Amino acid sequence: MPYFLEGKNLTKYFGGLAAVTDVDFYVDQGEILGLIGPNGAGKTTLFNLISAALVPKPGAIIFKGQNITGMKPYQICRMGIARTFQTVKIFGNMPVIDNVRIGSLFGASTRVSSSEADRVTAELLSFVELSSQRYLLAKDLTLANQKRLEVARALATRPELLLLDEMMAGLTYTEVAQAMELVEKIHRKGVTIIMIEHVMKAIMNVCDRIIVLHHGKKIAEGTPQEIAGNQTVVEVYLGEQSHTGS
Amino acid sequence: MEKFLDVAIAGLLLGGLYALIAMGLSLQYGVARVLNVAHGEFIMLGGMTTWTLFTVFHINPLLSIVVAGPIAFFLGFIIHRTLFKKLLNSSPNQGIFESNSMLASFGLMYIVQNIAFIAWNPNIRGYSYLQHPVDILGALFGANRLVTLGFAILIGIVFYLFLARTRMGKAIRAAASDPTTADLMGVNINLVLAICFGLGAAMAGVAGVLISICYPVHASMGMEYTIIAIIVVVLGGMGSIPGSFIGGFILGIIGSIVAYIEPGLVIVAYYVIFILLLLVRPTGILGK
Amino acid sequence: MQTLIIIINIIALVFTGWFIDWALRHDKKKKMLVPGILVLALIVIAALPFYGSTYSMILMTSILMYIILTVSWTLFSGPTGYISLAPAAFFGVGIYTSAILGKHYPIISVVIIGGLISFCLAVLVGALTLRLRGIYFAIFTFGLVQLMSAFLLWYEIKFTGTRGRFVVVINNQTIFYIMLVIFISLLITSYFIRRSKYGLALQSIGQYEEAAAHIGINVTAIKIVVFAISALFMGMAGAIMATRWTYVDPYSAFDSFISFLPVLMAIFGGMRQFYGPVLGACIFAYLEELLLTKFPYYYKLSFGIVLVAVILYLPDGLVGLIQTLRNRISRGRNAIFS
Repeated sequence: MPYFLEGKNLTKYFGGLAAVTDVDFYVDQGEILGLIGPNGAGKTTLFNLISAALVPKPGAIIFKGQNITGMKPYQICRMGIARTFQTVKIFGNMPVIDNVRIGSLFGASTRVSSSEADRVTAELLSFVELSSQRYLLAKDLTLANQKRLEVARALATRPELLLLDEMMAGLTYTEVAQAMELVEKIHRKGVTIIMIEHVMKAIMNVCDRIIVLHHGKKIAEGTPQEIAGNQTVVEVYLGEQSHTGS
Repeated sequence: MEKFLDVAIAGLLLGGLYALIAMGLSLQYGVARVLNVAHGEFIMLGGMTTWTLFTVFHINPLLSIVVAGPIAFFLGFIIHRTLFKKLLNSSPNQGIFESNSMLASFGLMYIVQNIAFIAWNPNIRGYSYLQHPVDILGALFGANRLVTLGFAILIGIVFYLFLARTRMGKAIRAAASDPTTADLMGVNINLVLAICFGLGAAMAGVAGVLISICYPVHASMGMEYTIIAIIVVVLGGMGSIPGSFIGGFILGIIGSIVAYIEPGLVIVAYYVIFILLLLVRPTGILGK
Repeated sequence: MQTLIIIINIIALVFTGWFIDWALRHDKKKKMLVPGILVLALIVIAALPFYGSTYSMILMTSILMYIILTVSWTLFSGPTGYISLAPAAFFGVGIYTSAILGKHYPIISVVIIGGLISFCLAVLVGALTLRLRGIYFAIFTFGLVQLMSAFLLWYEIKFTGTRGRFVVVINNQTIFYIMLVIFISLLITSYFIRRSKYGLALQSIGQYEEAAAHIGINVTAIKIVVFAISALFMGMAGAIMATRWTYVDPYSAFDSFISFLPVLMAIFGGMRQFYGPVLGACIFAYLEELLLTKFPYYYKLSFGIVLVAVILYLPDGLVGLIQTLRNRISRGRNAIFS
C-alpha cells in the first residue's frame, strides 16, 4: 500500500549550493510528522518542494499514489495539500473574513458556491476563535492571530495534508500553548500534519514521528523518544536547544 | 567580401554603442534597482547637446565626450539623491519601490523629452564630422565610425577596470549582489547607489555623443534606445554588467545583419529575440 | 454656459464612478435615493447632444475616452500591481481596425472587432509575460507600442504602398453614444469582476502572489483574462475614436502618450476607490483639451512633473487625500466632545 505522501531522493540546488540533497521521507495518513533541524538545514525548502513552489531536480513527490512532481501550486492545493508560511503571508488589506473566504472559494477540489463558502468561513473563524474580529483588516491583527488566520485560510481549502511552517515562531509562552491546542484540534478533525518547528516542547509532545535535517540531508528519523536519545542529533541540534532551555 | 566587412564593422559599432547604453542601464537597475525608462533621454541629451555644440560653437564632438560625461553623471547623481532616494525611504517594500521608481522615471522621461522638444524642435538633425573614408583591407569605412567604435571599446575596458580594481568598484559590486550586507560592512550604500545611477547616466550621455557622430539625432530618439538597452539587459542577464556588455555586441551584430536584409524590421527583430528569450531563458545569458 | 454644462456632466460622470463604490460596499441598508440620483445623472449625460453645443459633445466624448482608458487600466494594474504600459498599443489596434475595416462593415461591428483583436493581442502578451516576474511584463508592454508602430509602418510601406490611411467618417452624435455605451459596459463589467471571487483573487495576487497560488488560485490564468478584458475596452475606444481623426498613420495611432495618460490619471485620482480614476481622468482630459493646441510641449512637460510629484507626495491620489481630510475632520469632531 503506498504511503499518504512520499518524497524520493529529493534534491534541490540554488546555483552551486545544495539546499536539499537526496532526501527520502514518507508520511502516513493521520500522522503528525515533525521536521526539525538547525537554521538553513533545508526544512522550508522541503516544504517548497512538496507545495510545488519549487521543483525538485532530481526527485519525485507522490501523494495518494499519484506523482505530483512538476504540478503547479494551485493544482497541488486543489488535490488536498495546504500550507502556512514561515513569514506570515496573509492578505493584509483585506478583512479577516475575506482572507478565509477566498481560500474556500478557490482551494477545494470541486466548485464551491458563495453561500457554501460563507458557511465554511463562519465555521472556520469560530474554529480558530477569530469570529469576533472578522471585519477587521488582516494587517491589524496581532501576530499570533495572523498566524491563526493563515491556518484558517489554509483549512478553508479543505486539505487532507497541512504543512505548518514554524507556526510558533515569535509567540509568547501562552500563545505557544494555544497554538499546540489548535494543532491537536486540527489533527482530531482528521487532517494529516507536517510541522516545521524550533520550539522543542511542541514537537516532542505533539508529533508521532520526527525527521531531522542537517545541511540538506536527513540525519535521523524516529519517534520523539528515539530522536531525543539519538547521539548525532543531540550533538548537532538538541544540545544547543537544551542550553537555551526551550 | 566588402559587404561582409561593412556589415561586420557596422555590427561591431552598433554593438559597442549598445553595450555602452546597456551597461549604464544595468548599473541603474542591477544596483540601484531603478528601471530607468528615461535612460534613452540622457542618450538623446548627449546627442543633441553635441549637435548644438558642434554646429553653433564649432566644438569638436570628441571634446563633447569629456563634457557630456561628467554633466550627465552630475545630473543622474542629483536625480537619484533627490527623487529616488526619497522614494526608497517612503516605499514599504522592494516590489513597491521598483514599480514606483519605474513610474517616476516614466514621468521623468516626459519631462526631459518635452524640455528637449521646447529647446530644439522635433526635426531630425545631423552633422558631418570625420566622415572621410578610411581604407581597411581594401574596403572603405567612415573614419567617424571607426573612432566611435574605438571609443566605445575603450570606455568599456576602462569601466571594467574601474569595477574590478578600484575600491569604489568593489563597493559597487558588493552593493549589486547584496545591498544589506554591504551596508552592514561599512559601504556607504546611499552614496554607492547615487554614484551608480550617475554613472549609468554618464554612460548614456557619452553614448549619445558617440551616436551623434555617426547617425542623425532628434529629440524623440530616446525611447527607441531605452527599449534596446532593456532588451540587451534582459539578453545579457538582469543584474549582470558583463552580460550587458556581451549582449550588446550580440544584439548589435544581429541588428546590422537585419538592417542589411530588411532595414525597416530592425526593431521588430530585436523584439523577436526578446520574445524568444522570455519563452526559453528569461534569466538571460549570464543571469542567475 | 457651455463650461457649466461640461462641469455638470463631469460631476455626473464622477457620481457614476462613486455609485459603483457605493454598490460594492458591504452595508446591507441601501436607500433608494442613491440609485435614483444615478438614473438622473445618466439621463443628464445621455441627453447632452440635445442641450449642449457640438463642442461640448466632442469634449465629453474625449473625456469619456480617457475615463475608459483609465478605468480599464486600473481594472488590471490597480489590484495586481502589475504596471501595464500598453494602453497605447491596444488603443492603436482599435484605431487601425477602424481604418482597415471601417469602409466595409458597419461601425458597431468594427468597434467590437477592434476590441476583440486587442483582446487576442493581450492574451498573447499576457501568456508570454505574466507567468514571469512583474518587471518583464512592465518592460514588454513599454516597448510594445514602438514595436507595433514599427511593424505596421514596415508592413504598410512594403505591402500596401501607403503610409497612412483614411478612416470612414461618422457623425459626432453616434460617436458620443457609442463611447457612452462602451463606458457603461466597462462600469458594469468592472462592478461584476470586483464583486466576484475574481476581484478578491486579483487583490490577493497584488499582495502575496505566492500565497494566492497556494490557496488554489490559478494566478496566471486570472491575470491573463483580466488583462485581456481591460485591453478589450481600450481597443473598442480606439476603434470609435479613429473615426474622428479621419486620417491615421502608424506614428499617430501608436502614440506612447496614450499609455502615459491613464497611468497619470489613475495615480493622480487614486486607485483605492472606483471613482478615483474617473475623477483623475476628467480633470486631466479637461486640462488637455484646454492646453493641447496652445502649448503642446509645455503641457506634456507639466504632466510629467505632476506624475513625479504625485508619486512622491500623494501616493494614494486625490481620493486618498479626500479620505485623509475626512478622517481628520471626523477625528476633530470627536475631539470636541471628548
